[in-house]
Amino acid sequence: MELGQSLSLAALGSQLLVGLSRAMILFIVCAGLSFVLGVLRVPNIAHGALYMIGAFSAYSISTLCGDSPAGFWLALLLAPLVVALVSFIAERALFCHLYQREHLMLLLFTFALSLILGDLVKIVWGAEYRSVLAPPILRGSVPIFGSAFPRYSLFLLLIGPVVAVGLWLFVNKTRMGKISRAAAVDREMVGALGINVSWVFAAAFVIGCYLAGLGGALVAPTISITLGMDHHIIIEAFLIVTIGGLGNIWGALVGSILFGVTHSLGVLFWPQFAIVFPYATVVIVLLLRPTGLLKSVW
Amino acid sequence: MLKKFVGSLLATRYSLPTLGIIIVLLIWPLLVPRFYIYILSLIFVTALLAMSLNLTVGYGGLFQFHHGAFYGVGAYAAALVLTRTSLPVWVGYIAGPIAAAVAGLLIGWFCVRLSQLYFAMLQISLGSLIWAIVFRWYDFTGGDDGLYGIPRPSILSSTNNTYYFILLVLVACLVALYIIVKSPFGATLQAIRDNPQRCEAIGVNVRRHQLMAIVIATFFAGIAGVLFVILERSVFPDLLFWTLSLEIFIMCLLGGWFTFAGPMLGAAIIVTLRTFVGRHTEYWTLILGVILILLIFFLPEGVMGYLLRIGESANQRIGEAANQRIGESANRRISGRS
Repeated sequence: MELGQSLSLAALGSQLLVGLSRAMILFIVCAGLSFVLGVLRVPNIAHGALYMIGAFSAYSISTLCGDSPAGFWLALLLAPLVVALVSFIAERALFCHLYQREHLMLLLFTFALSLILGDLVKIVWGAEYRSVLAPPILRGSVPIFGSAFPRYSLFLLLIGPVVAVGLWLFVNKTRMGKISRAAAVDREMVGALGINVSWVFAAAFVIGCYLAGLGGALVAPTISITLGMDHHIIIEAFLIVTIGGLGNIWGALVGSILFGVTHSLGVLFWPQFAIVFPYATVVIVLLLRPTGLLKSVW
Repeated sequence: MLKKFVGSLLATRYSLPTLGIIIVLLIWPLLVPRFYIYILSLIFVTALLAMSLNLTVGYGGLFQFHHGAFYGVGAYAAALVLTRTSLPVWVGYIAGPIAAAVAGLLIGWFCVRLSQLYFAMLQISLGSLIWAIVFRWYDFTGGDDGLYGIPRPSILSSTNNTYYFILLVLVACLVALYIIVKSPFGATLQAIRDNPQRCEAIGVNVRRHQLMAIVIATFFAGIAGVLFVILERSVFPDLLFWTLSLEIFIMCLLGGWFTFAGPMLGAAIIVTLRTFVGRHTEYWTLILGVILILLIFFLPEGVMGYLLRIGESANQRIGEAANQRIGESANRRISGRS
């Protein structure tokens, strides 16, 4: 352990920024999960698979455009829509018939969906590693704290808050957002007011899954896209949503930052067990506050 | 206690089929090639795992979503004792269930304070923490390679002996589980599942009972883990991964979790399917997902639950017919008298 060597202030600062930028992707995925959880009260296990589909679609779209700079932006626009379409089909064809059933069945359905989507990705894209190139404007790095900081991470640091504010405005300021919150609290009452609750749920589900796809498209240039990325993200997303407070979008933001930053600090201090740091943080948080840092919506 | 248990088992209408199944299982290795002996041994191990999960899920009503973690802890504990130390073999075999139960106690202690969904998510996260440690700790656990060539005593070296040993342990564990389920503790556990508030009100310590159920279930999961080590002679981090846990959950659901033997049936179906379907296709999880969806839509009470319901309604019909006949003969007697 060469602590003294690596623990310069500059390294610490840049590692923190890297952690924060990773937290932004986690946040976008978790915000979708948390939103679905808040409205439908189902932890969507298929969320990770949808995130993976988002990343693979981003790869396909940018490859179709011949890796031109526009390809990335097009992928960023279209890949989440592909994911939203997939989730919409799954919701309308199967999931919506289960709303009257007990909770566990909904949960198991999302698990079945994640198994099916995971294998469909294998059928469509195969098991090879894929990668997406960031557009030229986001390549390279800028010097911050005396060390090189990737531009793409800065881009992520900008996108995260935009999504957070956008989602907050949607939930609190639009009619649709208000209806979905009301449906979360009292489904029968909303139905009695003449609103088709089933479609409200469908919309909430699709919006949540759209965010999973967006997260997948955003993460695509930073990692090698491969099968199995769904399992890791879904576990992390569950942890984050749990420590943030179920269904609370700001909780998802706090949880993501905590998770991303502790992970990047772990990489700095003890690379082999970096993965353990965020998990241990979660355990400590839940010891002190069993129901999460912020207030759960239900 | 045991005499009473055997008596009660023989008295039920399941005694004959059970006896038949046991006889078939005893002579099975004499009839089939080695591969099928191995498959059946694997089914036994998985069946024990599913049965242990059902104690918390079916009887306790707890969302035990990461049961595989305890299975893995049991297997790893045994494997580590057997490969890293020179302690006698039986120490390793005992260490498995104990380590699993301790892990169950620790994780359960956090989890029982939370309600359903939080319980499930916290358990998935804590179980994944164990997975992460095992996955990364190359020097000790072998990391993602796992541990191979774990020694086993010479008495268990042949396939047949392993088979009989696993069968023996399975039957012993089933008897123990049956006694637990039928005991006052089991009754209280089911009462808590059906109405926790009322149980709390009449002075039952709900959390302590739930925690105890988790510890017992994880102990048996640890035994299943040790049996896995005996059978496969290897361990790998996938044993602790949460998809396996959900697969066990599906087994309980498929077999029927409100019946005692249902999870065993579910385990048998899933393991058999995985072995024979998995040979022809690499898309086994796709098939598993489709099975699960069909199950959710068409057979929510599971295969065993469905069979029992059919059986009961048939019995009812026979009973009604019998009543009718008795009534008719009585009428005749009455009319004959008059």
